[in-house]
Amino acid sequence: MERNPLRRQLQLMRKSLFDQGYLDEQFVQLEELQDDTNPNFVEEVVTLYYRDSARLVLNIEQALERKPYNFHKLDAYMHQFKGSSSSIGAKKVKAESTLFREYCKSGNGEGCMRCFQQLKKEYATLRKKLEAYFQVARQAGPMETACRPK
Amino acid sequence: MVLGNDASSSSLSNKNLSVLVVDDDPLIRMLHDNYLKHFGLKPLVVENGKEAVDLFQLGTSFDLILMDKEMPIMNGVEATKALRDMGATSMIVGVTSRGSPSEMQAFMEAGLDFCFEKPLTFDMIDFILKELNVNDDDDTNN
Repeated sequence: MERNPLRRQLQLMRKSLFDQGYLDEQFVQLEELQDDTNPNFVEEVVTLYYRDSARLVLNIEQALERKPYNFHKLDAYMHQFKGSSSSIGAKKVKAESTLFREYCKSGNGEGCMRCFQQLKKEYATLRKKLEAYFQVARQAGPMETACRPK
Repeated sequence: MVLGNDASSSSLSNKNLSVLVVDDDPLIRMLHDNYLKHFGLKPLVVENGKEAVDLFQLGTSFDLILMDKEMPIMNGVEATKALRDMGATSMIVGVTSRGSPSEMQAFMEAGLDFCFEKPLTFDMIDFILKELNVNDDDDTNN
């Protein structure tokens, strides 16, 4: 059991992110790439993800304002967004992306709209949680090797 | 999945392998670059298929190419076909977000050696490098 209170807090935050389904195994893969030569790798990847995906979210938002919907274009944007989200282990965001693509394939515009609103909520929630996590991580200092959630 | 010893022992045999990462997504480029460095490699990274083809035309060759499928200017299918038509014998591994069997089959038919769904994992890269080292040993013995 971790005795340092900050590290203990960090462990609990991390466990909660996995237990509540925000993150999946891919996040552990990122942690395994983090080492002394690359001590902030995970935070850098997540920062890049949010920076890069903001453009895609905007594209989708704008595409959903144009009627009739271009489902092919919406699907293409979401395909890209889903790929990036998978790469950081954003489990709930990825699930909403998959659902959105299914609505695109069936030409369900209302489904796309509803799903996109939920996706944006999950995207924003994950961002807040990860920002808080990384803030504590910076204060706690380097952790031991990444371990898989049970 | 256990990484530890496998990665450190293979990094010695991997250090002479030349690798090219071809992907338009900066996040994927960063990830794959770091995965490969973790295995002791120093990959070159480009943004689309045309840049990969241009490199080959300039006489640069690679042991391993990680090729994304969906890219602007020249996609992975076109780039793979072009490289094979030019006589490239590199191991070309397709990496795609489109995981349906028919889409992966179409990408394979362009001339890939393997095709994986994104994102790559340590196990996938370990498998690829073992295949590459096995092929290298076979060539030496023949």
